[in-house]
Amino acid sequence: MVQQLNYLKETPSQTAGPYVHIGLTPNFCGIGGVYEADLGSWMVNEQTRGERITITGRVIDGAGAPLKDALVEIWQADAAGLYNSPTEIRGAADPNFSGWGRCPTSAEDGVFTFETVKPGRVPYSRDRLMAPHITFWIVARGINVGLHTRMYFPDEAEANAADPLLARIEHRHRVATLVATGAAPNYVFDIHLQGEKETVFLDI
Amino acid sequence: MSDRTNRKPETGTFFARDRGWHAPALTPGYKTSVLRSPQKALLSLDGTISEITGPVFGHSLIGELDNDLIHNFAQVGESAIGERIIVHGRVLDERGRAVPGALLEFWQANAGGRYRHKKESYLAPLDPNFGGCGRTITDEEGFYSFRTIKPGPYPWPNGVNDWRPAHIHFSVFGHGFAQRLITQMYFEGDPMIWKCPIVNTIPDHQAIEQLIAPLDWVNTIPFDARAYKFDIVLRGRRSTMFENRLEGN
Repeated sequence: MVQQLNYLKETPSQTAGPYVHIGLTPNFCGIGGVYEADLGSWMVNEQTRGERITITGRVIDGAGAPLKDALVEIWQADAAGLYNSPTEIRGAADPNFSGWGRCPTSAEDGVFTFETVKPGRVPYSRDRLMAPHITFWIVARGINVGLHTRMYFPDEAEANAADPLLARIEHRHRVATLVATGAAPNYVFDIHLQGEKETVFLDI
Repeated sequence: MSDRTNRKPETGTFFARDRGWHAPALTPGYKTSVLRSPQKALLSLDGTISEITGPVFGHSLIGELDNDLIHNFAQVGESAIGERIIVHGRVLDERGRAVPGALLEFWQANAGGRYRHKKESYLAPLDPNFGGCGRTITDEEGFYSFRTIKPGPYPWPNGVNDWRPAHIHFSVFGHGFAQRLITQMYFEGDPMIWKCPIVNTIPDHQAIEQLIAPLDWVNTIPFDARAYKFDIVLRGRRSTMFENRLEGN
């Protein structure tokens, strides 16, 4: 007999459901007085270094309707390409930049908005950089396991062309689903859950 | 933002997620998944620094009553109505190692199955002393606990007569954004569990059982609150070095 590996199994995911706001953005849904502010509602302050940008977008279902009950989180490097994480071993990130944001899609028009900075490039390997990008994570009623994707920038064509993740997309017309539209400082990133314009989602 | 510990930061990439253990995206018995599930294959890539890293929250974030749903929305001197319980457990990774500093957020309906949310129209009344949200951060050994009332089951528009079992939603941050997880905890012995289309999105019976918290009699506090134990397992990290990539551990 060989030894047992004894690895545990990951706790299975379940949908966040329609009332995800109660737990993650209680002030947004009218539950005041429990937390001072909703977590992730700010990413920058006056001292944050880098180019300020705004990202808006919608999460769109297979019938073309924007989700009005989704919750979007983003995670990104600071302007110098450093993550505000204990796992970042290359240096200290900008202390005035959280790197992480959380925004529910609006109950009226389904739009989410993030006020942030444009991320610097981060390494893929010792000799290769990734193009500037922001990691997105989407949960909602009807989504059983949170969806990971990335937003790249339309004004970084050269870096995007050399990006190792984008290079792995077999059907080249789908690369465009990960590139925001608009122009600095206002970028638009619509996420299509299914159908012809389906966003590339990641198992990462 | 981060609590530093003496532990060396782990920088290995994560174990691949077992997508056969989790629910698939398309689960027609849960109707909303039909138009909200990607139809194309996910793009697989070994984790990069963008997923190995993740936000970590300091204990200073947590207010005194954040982990006490019986009191955190109640008027002074009042408390929520319902079965008083303590939910506690540990956050571990797949290697069985404690995950300290993990932020847990939870939300739930009140004892009658009513959520405090403007989109909710179930006729069961709101409890004026119950909000339904809480949060805590695991200690150095990965332990957490919170105090609440046991939520009631509630009906939902899926099938003609579908009811959710009593459940508490959990959101978990580990140390890397790839560990991000939202799930639901169920209660031992609830006959509603096996009828639920959301529970049954998970194909594996043992995986479902991993979401059912047993009654933890020894931790029940006499004349105060019963206890349920719910351990959470996040993706493990590889311990091996990897060539021509960021430093391993």
